[in-house]
Amino acid sequence: MAEEFILIPGRTSKQGTTLNEGKYTDDYLEEISTLQICEEDMQRLGLKEGDHVRMWNAIGEVTVPCKASKGDELPPGILFISYGMWSSVLMGADTQGSGMPDSKGLDVFLEPA
Amino acid sequence: MSIAEAPVTETGELKIVKDATCTFCGCVCDDMELTVEANKITKAKNACVLGKAWFFNHHIEDRPEATIEGRPVTFDEAVDRAAEILMSATFPITYGLSDTTSEAQRAAIAITDWIGGTIDTTTSVCHGPSGMAFQGVGEVTCSLGEIKNRADFVLFWGCNPAEGHPRHFTRYSLMPKGQFLPNGRKDRTAVLIDVRKTKTAKAMDYFLQLKPRSDFELAWALRGIVAGAPVDPNIEEVTGIPLDMLEDLVGRMKQAKFGVILFGMGLTMTRGKHINTEAVLALARDLNKFTRFAAKPMRGHGNVTGADNIVSWTTGYPFGVNLNRGYPRFNPGEFTTSDTLARGEADAALIVASDPMSNFSNPAREHLSKIPTVVLDPKLSETAKIATVAFTTATYGINTAGTVYRMDDVPIPLRPAFESPYRSDQDVLTAIEARIREKQLAAG
Repeated sequence: MAEEFILIPGRTSKQGTTLNEGKYTDDYLEEISTLQICEEDMQRLGLKEGDHVRMWNAIGEVTVPCKASKGDELPPGILFISYGMWSSVLMGADTQGSGMPDSKGLDVFLEPA
Repeated sequence: MSIAEAPVTETGELKIVKDATCTFCGCVCDDMELTVEANKITKAKNACVLGKAWFFNHHIEDRPEATIEGRPVTFDEAVDRAAEILMSATFPITYGLSDTTSEAQRAAIAITDWIGGTIDTTTSVCHGPSGMAFQGVGEVTCSLGEIKNRADFVLFWGCNPAEGHPRHFTRYSLMPKGQFLPNGRKDRTAVLIDVRKTKTAKAMDYFLQLKPRSDFELAWALRGIVAGAPVDPNIEEVTGIPLDMLEDLVGRMKQAKFGVILFGMGLTMTRGKHINTEAVLALARDLNKFTRFAAKPMRGHGNVTGADNIVSWTTGYPFGVNLNRGYPRFNPGEFTTSDTLARGEADAALIVASDPMSNFSNPAREHLSKIPTVVLDPKLSETAKIATVAFTTATYGINTAGTVYRMDDVPIPLRPAFESPYRSDQDVLTAIEARIREKQLAAG
């Protein structure tokens, strides 16, 4: 049963360091493709680290591995992923006349893959 | 043939470059001490974790200097084809430019002007909305030096400098002892407003966790409190933050001797965008009725601030500028790259030091992959892979001199560590510009 979440793509320290190592390195690809979910939501959905989840919205769909966010960094209902090719798939083209597509705070559905 | 095979002088001696500049992020720290051994940086004293990754991973790669449709060609052939592509287009776009020198930015704008194209930079998908907000309500600004020496109240909003700008705290905004802050961190009050309780929260005195997409409502509630207007207690339902907590925050802001709001893309990338930043800029402006207060965007790429400056002083506008009519027209949404690509309008693209094939929306990427492109990048990227003409270039700051602008609009000179066999962006762009002019003058 899919649940609705809000996805926040953003920068991380590891994304920044591995980006410099190269966009085709395993570490970079792992960092930008791993979805962070708060511990409470992980437990409720029966997910453990490394499990794959399907995440989609009206724009696109990705299947990515997940892990629990550290401490209380994420409140329930909020997901985080590092900016990159996977987050872009869920980003629409409409900029509402601003030049900037909605790139944070995206409504998405999520279910274990 | 790869020019990386060409001989490079190796003295076998250590070379120390003092006061070098890191161009990875908008902090543009200019106190690096680099140790260079055989065209490789082996130590980067004073660099943060991101800076070290930047310096240690930009060595000379074995890639062709230029390719046409993936086939290695001479520099001259590539320049000729690039000029041909850009001249024959009816709606060419120039994009990227935030990771190159201001001298290269100026050359890219000149090309765009000669071909009657549209110039846009990664600002449009970064703090472009802040640029629109500056035009709407103005910017009460200050330098990072003023923040270091004066700011006793620092509010971070929708940004995570602990991960994105690791030395911001220690060089400018939190830890340093300043002229009027002799005890450094102890003399400052630091607050974070964000949806996520990020690593930045650990360095703060207070953390206000707001609900996603409620920045606009929060900023206007704070403006109301500052002005003494009644604010509906239901603001807590909207923002997740109780009214009395907001009143307490405003009280502390008014008591500050010098306050600053440092805001990030939590504001500009979220629904509302420029009206979010307009509200925050207006809040800082309002507070000047009570004390000194400023607001500054936390800029990401090493010279994205330079891109804004150079595009502004050459065209009058900061990004999304069309030059097709012989004079500049600015219209975000119409002339910004994400839009011109997603609508299928651009028919050729010059992309410098940027990777829109990784970062743009599906429709934009799909269209970009169908049109002829000229791409300059030191490293291989998804965009370089689809380029009609691709140039491998030297890395700015590590291999090339020039100028970059720190996030507070202060220009900083670069001190390169070692030479690259590849040309700089500026050299490649200047060659393309010269070829375009030759062809245009020959055609009368």
